[in-house]
Amino acid sequence: MATTEDPPTGSGTDRWRRELYDAKPERQGELFSTISGVENEPLYTEENVELDPERDLGLPGVFPFTRGVYPSMYRGRLWTMRQFAGFGTAEETNERFRYLLEHGQTGLSTAFDMPTLMGYDSDHARSLGEVGREGVAIDSLDDMLTLFEGIPLESVSTSMTINSPAAMLLAFYACVGERQGVPLAELRGTVQTDILKEYIAQKEWIFPPEPSMRLVVDMIEWCAREMPLMHPVSISGYHIREAGSTAAQELAFTLADGFAYVEACVERGLDVDDFAPRLSFFFNAHLDFFEEIAKYRAARRIWATQLREHYGAKDPRSWLMRFHTQTAGVSLTAQQPEVNLIRTAIEALAAVLGGTQSLHTNSFDEALALPTEHAVRLALRTQQVIAHETGVVNTIDPLGGSYYVEHLTGELERQAYDYFERIEKLGGVIPAIKENFFQREIAEASFRYQHEVEQRQRVVVGVNRYQVEEETPLELLRIDPALERKQVERVQALRARRDSAAVESALAELKRAAGGDTNLMEPIMAASRAYVTMGEMCDALRDVWGVWRETPVF
Amino acid sequence: MAGKIRIVVAKPGLDGHDRGAKIIARALRDAGMEVIYTGLHQTPEQIVETAIQEDADAIGISILSGAHMTLVPRIMELLRANGAEDVLVVVGGTIPQDDADELRKQGIAAVFGPGAATGEIVDFLQGAVPA
Repeated sequence: MATTEDPPTGSGTDRWRRELYDAKPERQGELFSTISGVENEPLYTEENVELDPERDLGLPGVFPFTRGVYPSMYRGRLWTMRQFAGFGTAEETNERFRYLLEHGQTGLSTAFDMPTLMGYDSDHARSLGEVGREGVAIDSLDDMLTLFEGIPLESVSTSMTINSPAAMLLAFYACVGERQGVPLAELRGTVQTDILKEYIAQKEWIFPPEPSMRLVVDMIEWCAREMPLMHPVSISGYHIREAGSTAAQELAFTLADGFAYVEACVERGLDVDDFAPRLSFFFNAHLDFFEEIAKYRAARRIWATQLREHYGAKDPRSWLMRFHTQTAGVSLTAQQPEVNLIRTAIEALAAVLGGTQSLHTNSFDEALALPTEHAVRLALRTQQVIAHETGVVNTIDPLGGSYYVEHLTGELERQAYDYFERIEKLGGVIPAIKENFFQREIAEASFRYQHEVEQRQRVVVGVNRYQVEEETPLELLRIDPALERKQVERVQALRARRDSAAVESALAELKRAAGGDTNLMEPIMAASRAYVTMGEMCDALRDVWGVWRETPVF
Repeated sequence: MAGKIRIVVAKPGLDGHDRGAKIIARALRDAGMEVIYTGLHQTPEQIVETAIQEDADAIGISILSGAHMTLVPRIMELLRANGAEDVLVVVGGTIPQDDADELRKQGIAAVFGPGAATGEIVDFLQGAVPA
């Protein structure tokens, strides 16, 4: 520890606190704890931080990677600016993709619509009114070919936010690669595939947890062999946080999910070093600036430590927690929406200071609707200003060694380990899901925060303070209802023209395989090539595995 | 029991955004109402059936999937078809202004947007549901 001279006021923080700090009253009303409720002292000094720099911090690119996963970080390469996009049919989204690439975006990120996320084709009764509303509708390889038309897959990395039907969408993407003549081994990107956080928070599930986990492990195993540059899982805290969790819950539940995937793969007989380097993470960037930075730093340290010490990973790449970040949708307000630009900029800065590998910045109009092109461009510009104008990229982990940030990093780490212990006592992640443990913890945290806002102990600018009477309504993106009809006709036309015998036999093969224990990716690839739809494949698996139902708690 | 407002908090559509619905359900319960929470991914038919079976005074629909102009009118239609048009219906979620106006024309008692305080919703229901 660095030694410092005693402050002129006496012998340490206690005395400073007693004689100087406490001499003046604190402001009343607003809380001084973090947005997650972690208590803050007015001042942190070396007395608050017990740190062994070699053990606890390392150096950038050096175990335990608290200071960053790469030796050169943003001096070597900036983070990937990856704006999430998708609406309407594949045609509209293809246009938006090309727009973003033209404006300097460096990776694609696909948002799928609700029916696709839930494994229903666009012409299913449950899809009525939802097609193309919150993302793009993809029913088959046919739509996927349109989505990536004119975009050479060897030159982009593509992220796909899809979970229950992730295996089908991965297969569609691989088939687009085949059509474009790009070897599977050269396709780059990330499929979210994180089914555990669906049960915990986002709630877009189809099958019960056990067969869902099998499908995840099938994908990890298949990608390790066939698509080594693909990240088959993006273990996500984002949605846990959006559902109302605290930062510590986001950290703990996400890492617990990560460990559950590692254990499931090891149980399958895979060597940890064969798949762990391709696991990636996805976190939220919320408004409590230092808490967020501490969260990312703690996440890297815990993951590296557990992978090396507990799971016996020997390849240093297995120890690295690489992550994508998205600014907090939940922090955006419908009131005075332009203010969201400022919130998003601050959140994005926290993600960068926390060492993210890629970043999505939300658009200011997203509490109201999907973003317009204008709003998306401003969101992307926010990242470009941080990258090129602020100078924060010039030195690595610039907050490392800050008494406060190091204290908070340790505190979040401690809270995460507490949660790991509680989850372990419940028998692991899946039993804890079945007992509604996570769901209750999140609901509790979210209610507490709402209460604090309503008591005005937390100020939300424009919502519970500094309100204005009337605002000019924003120009919002409207999804043309005709797109739903167009997509329904499209999938029905496909059903009429494809080889129905090939479809039947591919589905029969998929069902047979689902009843056994061989890897399902090959039968899913074969079905994709035969233009079997995503909904048909999901139905086949529903027949074999059944569906998941949650007992709702509040 | 007399005088206690019975309300079904319902999540129609395919989206899984249940933070708002759960906060509202809890705030209404804390305000002394009988709350029946349907859980996620409910069809309009399931919601109306629940409301009738539970003899609800009101339905609070939480929807963030963008399908409100399809699903909410369908719920109203089913309530009328089942002679349950006296059930008060309120909606919360990301509902653009024009859509909110249209829904009110169709008989929705109130539309609450993002940032609405739970107290405001409690007060509205206590005022609007006949004792």
